[in-house]
Amino acid sequence: MKTYFAKRLIGAVPVLFGVSIVVFFLIHIIPGDITSALLGPMATERAKAVLRQALGLDQPLPVQYLKWLGTVLTGNFGTSIATSVPVSTLVFPRFVNTAILAVASLLLSLLIGYSAGIFSAARAQSVFDRSTMSATLIFGSIPPYWLALVLVMLFALRLRWLPATGMTGITSDGGVLDVLRHLVLPAIATAAAPAAIITRMVRASMIEVIGQDYIRVARAKGIPRGVILRRHVLRNALPPIATITGLQLGYLLGGALFTEVVFAWPGLGNQLYSSILARDIPVVQAAVLLIALMFVLVNLAVDILNAFLDPRIRIS
Amino acid sequence: MTEQLPISEPPQTAGTAFRLWDSFRADRAALVSLIFIALVIVLAVAAPLISPHDPYAAINTLRNAPPGTGPYILGADSEGRDVLARLIWGGRISLLVGILPPLIAMLVSLALGTVTGFFGGWVDHIVMRVLDVLFAFPLVLLAIAIAGSLQPGLLTEILAIMIVLLPYISRLVRTATITVKEQPFIEAARACGATEAGILLRYVLPNILSPVIAYTTTLIGLMIVVGSGLSFLGLGVQPPAADWGTMVSDGRVALSTAPHITIFPGIAIALVSLAFNFLGDGLTALLDPRLRRL
Repeated sequence: MKTYFAKRLIGAVPVLFGVSIVVFFLIHIIPGDITSALLGPMATERAKAVLRQALGLDQPLPVQYLKWLGTVLTGNFGTSIATSVPVSTLVFPRFVNTAILAVASLLLSLLIGYSAGIFSAARAQSVFDRSTMSATLIFGSIPPYWLALVLVMLFALRLRWLPATGMTGITSDGGVLDVLRHLVLPAIATAAAPAAIITRMVRASMIEVIGQDYIRVARAKGIPRGVILRRHVLRNALPPIATITGLQLGYLLGGALFTEVVFAWPGLGNQLYSSILARDIPVVQAAVLLIALMFVLVNLAVDILNAFLDPRIRIS
Repeated sequence: MTEQLPISEPPQTAGTAFRLWDSFRADRAALVSLIFIALVIVLAVAAPLISPHDPYAAINTLRNAPPGTGPYILGADSEGRDVLARLIWGGRISLLVGILPPLIAMLVSLALGTVTGFFGGWVDHIVMRVLDVLFAFPLVLLAIAIAGSLQPGLLTEILAIMIVLLPYISRLVRTATITVKEQPFIEAARACGATEAGILLRYVLPNILSPVIAYTTTLIGLMIVVGSGLSFLGLGVQPPAADWGTMVSDGRVALSTAPHITIFPGIAIALVSLAFNFLGDGLTALLDPRLRRL
C-alpha cells in the first residue's frame, strides 16, 4: 500500500508540472500584443512598454515561466490587472465557494443516482423503471446552463420560492442557512446530468448481478425477493462510490462552471468568466490552475482510496 | 496455384453492409435519431430557402412577442427578431461546432493513436505524457480556457473543442491498437512479408475503426451541449450572428416576461444531443460483434 501510495504521488508531480506549463503558455497563444488588448487601441507605445515591463513580458518566455512558477508555488498569484488587488485574495474565497457547490452537487447526484438506480433495477421494466430511464436520457442531454435558467424561471421568478442570485459567502452575515438557500437551485442544475449517468451505471450493474447464476440459485432456494436484493445483489453490484466520483467529477466541475455564471455564484467559474471578459490574465491563470489542481488531487485521492478498498488494484 | 483457398475469401462487403443496415433498422431509437439528425441538418443547410423570415430583421413593435404572434410561429426575441428563423439559421453554427471538431479530432487521433500504439518507443512515451497533462483538466475548463485565450469567434470555438477531445479519442485509439497488434493474424501478416505500414493500414486500422466511430458519435452529442455552452458564455460567434447557445443567453434579459426566447433553443440543443447519444449507442451495439445479433 505504501509503495502504491508513493508511486501515485510521485506520478502526479510531472502531471502538475505539465499543467502549470499549459496554464502559463495559454496566455501566449493570444494573437497580437497582450498590452494592446489591455490598454486598448489608443494606447501609446510608451505606455505599452511600461506595462510590458511591469508584467515582466519583456523577458524571454522560459525566464517568465520560471519566475511565475516560483511565485505561484508560494501561493502568490500576482496582482489582478482589472481590480489591482492580490489575485490570491480574489481566488481563494471563491475556491471555497466552488468547493461548496461541487461537493453539494456531488452528494446530490450520488444520492439521486444510487436510489433511482437501485429501485429501477429492482423492478426492471416496470413503469417506474421505464420512466426513470426516460428521465435519465433527457436529463443527460439537457445543457446545464439551460436547465439553470429554467429553474430560475420556475422557482425564482414564478414561484418565488428560492433566490436566483445574491450568494455572498459562508463567512457573510447570512451564515450557513443563507448559503443553503442559495445553494439549492445551482446544486440541482449541476447535479442533474451526473445523477442521470450514475443512475444508469448503478442500474446496469445491478441488472448484471441479478442475471448471475448464484442469484437464480438463491431464488430457487425460495429466499424472498427483498432478501435476495439486499443480501446478494446490492453488495456485489453497487459500483464503489469512489469510482463513480472519479468518473463524474470532471463532468460535474464542467457543469458547475456554467451554473456559477447563471446564478452569479461567487466561485472560480464565475471569476474565470468575468476575468476572461476583462482579459485579466493573472486571475485567469490562477482560476484555471486552482480548478485543475483540485481535479488532479481529488482524482489522486479517489485512486488511492480505491486501492485501499480493493487489494487487486494495488498489486497490479 | 490458380485456385484460392476458400478460407482466404474475405466476407462479402456488400452483404455485410446490408446485414448491418438490417440490424440497425431494428434499433428503432437509433433509426429515429438518424432521421431526426438528417432532418435538422437539411433544415440548417437549406436555411436560406426555408427560413420563414430574415433572422436579423428586427421589428421593434414585436419585441418579446410570445409564440403565435402575427407571422412569428415561435415568437420574437428581445430585439423583435423571429425566433424560428434564428433557430433554423443558428442550427448551422451549432451543428458545425458540434459535429466538425469531433470529426477532425477523430482523424488526428486515428493518426496519433495508431502510430504511438503500434510503434511504441519514445514518441509514444512523450505523446502519452502530454495527453496525461491534458487529462488533468476537466474538459469544459480546458475548452473555456483555450477559447478564452483566443479571440472569440467560430474558429476559436472549433479549435478549442477539437483540442480538448484529442486526449479522449487518442487514448481509445491507442488502447485498441495495442490490443489488435498482439493478435495472431498480425503476426501471420508479418510472417507473410507485409510491411509495418501495410499492417497498420490494412489490418490494424479497419479493426479499430468501428468503436472509434461509435465513441466519436457519442462525443458529438456532448459537444453540441459544450459548443453551445461556449457560445452561451460569449466565447463563440459574435452578435448579430447567433447559434443556439447565444440564443439561450439572449433570453436571459427577458426570462420572466418572454421565457420562450430561452426555452426553444435549449430544447433544440437537448434534442439534437439526445439524438446523437442514441445514434452512438446504436452504433456501439451494432458494431460490437458481441452485442450484435445477426
